[in-house]
Amino acid sequence: MQFAHSEEQQLIRESARTVLGERAGSAQLRAALDQPGGYDPQLWRTMGELGWTGLAIPQEYGGAGLGWVELCILQEEQGRRLVASPFFATCALAAPLIAACGDGAQRAALLPQIASGGVRIGCALIGTEGRPPCDGVTVLLESRAGGFSLSGVSDFVIHGDSADLLLVLARTPGSQGADGISAAVIPAAAPGVTVHPHVMLDLTRPMSRVEFAGVAIARDQLLGEPGGASGAVEAALDLARIALASEALGGAERALEMTTAYAKDRVQFGRPIGAFQAIKHRLADMMIAVEAAKSAAWYAACVADERREELAEAAAIAKSYCCDAFFDCAANAIQLHGGIGFTWEHEVHLYFKRARAAATLLGSPGWQRERLVRHFASGSAATPVF
Amino acid sequence: MKLGFTVKEERFRADAAAWLGAQLSGPFADLRGLTQQGGLPERRREWERALGAARWSCIGWPEAYGGRDASLAEQVIFAEEYARAGAPGRLGYMGVELAGPTILAFGSEEQKRRLLPPIARGEELWCQGYSEPNAGSDLANVRTRAVLEKGPGGAAWVVNGQKTWTSFAKFADWAFVVCRSEEGSRGHSGLSYLLIPMHQAGVTVRPIRQMTGGADFNDTFFVDARTAADNIVGAPGEGWKVAMATLSFERGVSTLAQQMNFANELRAIVAAAEANGLIQDPGIRQRLAHAHIGLRLMRYSALRMLSSAEAGKLSNEAYTYKIFWASWRKKLGVLALDVLGPRGEIAVGATYEWDLLPRLFLASRADTIYGGTNQIQRNIIAERALGLPRESRLP
Repeated sequence: MQFAHSEEQQLIRESARTVLGERAGSAQLRAALDQPGGYDPQLWRTMGELGWTGLAIPQEYGGAGLGWVELCILQEEQGRRLVASPFFATCALAAPLIAACGDGAQRAALLPQIASGGVRIGCALIGTEGRPPCDGVTVLLESRAGGFSLSGVSDFVIHGDSADLLLVLARTPGSQGADGISAAVIPAAAPGVTVHPHVMLDLTRPMSRVEFAGVAIARDQLLGEPGGASGAVEAALDLARIALASEALGGAERALEMTTAYAKDRVQFGRPIGAFQAIKHRLADMMIAVEAAKSAAWYAACVADERREELAEAAAIAKSYCCDAFFDCAANAIQLHGGIGFTWEHEVHLYFKRARAAATLLGSPGWQRERLVRHFASGSAATPVF
Repeated sequence: MKLGFTVKEERFRADAAAWLGAQLSGPFADLRGLTQQGGLPERRREWERALGAARWSCIGWPEAYGGRDASLAEQVIFAEEYARAGAPGRLGYMGVELAGPTILAFGSEEQKRRLLPPIARGEELWCQGYSEPNAGSDLANVRTRAVLEKGPGGAAWVVNGQKTWTSFAKFADWAFVVCRSEEGSRGHSGLSYLLIPMHQAGVTVRPIRQMTGGADFNDTFFVDARTAADNIVGAPGEGWKVAMATLSFERGVSTLAQQMNFANELRAIVAAAEANGLIQDPGIRQRLAHAHIGLRLMRYSALRMLSSAEAGKLSNEAYTYKIFWASWRKKLGVLALDVLGPRGEIAVGATYEWDLLPRLFLASRADTIYGGTNQIQRNIIAERALGLPRESRLP
């Protein structure tokens, strides 16, 4: 038992922090948001060259064969800088879905492309209502002569406008909840697919609505058995939730650091404002939340690698706690920065918006908590919608 | 990162579980589940001796002083098995968890050989003399005086003053006491960390009744109380440093056992909600989930603290640990009464005595006060961990 990062893991963190310090600073982030697709393509290429994209992919598929603990370190470091990148959607969401749902041939076809950084995958998981998967899956998968077809609308597709491939969750007509769920991977340019980018609250994670107008797909584009994917999907989504929690932890920690530095620097009443207890105690509360969030995210990443029987519980805990902590820290960061914190120019609003959007993604903290209660108590209240 | 245990460690777990199970279904069956501090003190004394005789009392200590040189993982395992077996709260807590580790870290070799084995054998119990009526949050405002006097039997410290909130003082054989040993000194300087025998005419213990109705702690009066000149840990005048180090030991392996008691309380709340139907209430369910999350995070944070522990230095997770659990438990107390409803306000019998959950509601109000109030904890976090400017003090 050693619940602390190893030296090798520390090195991954240090190297990521150096790279992102040079390549993903505040001005670079603003520039990236103005690029088509809303991210920095050179930095994405670098992530491939450095092996980040393949870090958690098995060696037999061209990856480094490391675990979720290592991937989550990269997520944390990117979260600190609000890096806008297809990394989360491709490497932390699509990759585990493909690994969990795909057969050997599909894994062999797709995972090496992810590992090399050669492909960006948008995940079309849920419908326009925004309910979390699998309940919120609305695109329909229907049999047709010689194969299947996808029809309907999926929304909240991260980086959908710049994706090469789409991973689509769909359901059998008439099915509900976790029943009848299928997963498919198709080219984003397939006939019948149209992508409509949104302007999103969170500028750093662009999303699109994707319409499927009877898109024809072949049997081998379906991952696993049609209609029976929900178990594998849920486990993969929990991995993504843990990665998202790690990203939120990084953002929370950075919000605390920025605000602490500001409180030491900003002078009012002849003293740095950080000398006043009203400010100190808020910063202390932020640190209490950040430290607990570290425990939550790090433990969940460990569970992903070595204790799968605790996966659902650890993911629900990490997702809800880290996202709440990030939101509280970012909200406090705005308050403690005063007027400057409310400006477009200062970056703290970007953290606040990312925090809100990360909390909603893949099930809100309240949704995670209701899921969690069912592990240790009977009954079920009406599930929070989101 | 590695959460699992080795085969050897799992064998250790089996040994510990077997011993604990045999004792608590056999000779000590009456102590099973007795997690509260009060009750059956004589039987608990026997339990301490039984732990000591089997060398289960202070397993992390070196063998030479009565321990087992147990690894961190083994200490974690023992704490888990101890709680799982329903073993009682430790009457020896102050010696085993606070005095002992302090003596190990700062004591002389002679002191270690003389003082540690009786703790490890469960023969000598300790209590803590820090707070005074005018030294609460401002702990450095200690006024209890210690003067080194020469006498026919050798030099001795003569101690006068009052300590308060002294848990276990009724049972203790020794107290570790922060005293002002340099006349005219103020604040952190001029303090010494003395070890004082409790069984002498100069020491009087008077119980303090708490808002729970019980009396778990005491006022302790020293009137010309004496202790030998060499019963001092660290040098004269260095008592503050030693006292602060003692506080850091409060965040050790014993926190894992404490969490198991919290888990029992949460389970009781869930059971009450299942029984009266409130388990269907969405608001209650959210609060139960929050409580469950907090409890799990305490465990993860404790494992982090233990994995990254460096002697005499608090890591960030250790700075935040106390306020986290104390705030959590206070909320749990309110949740408990919200789940019980009006029935939770009726005492057990004809006296002011309470079942587990109302007792939790009342007792948890102290959690955010003792061992450093939440307000002091936030100051410490802000100043020491975040490096914000120090509070200005009156000259």
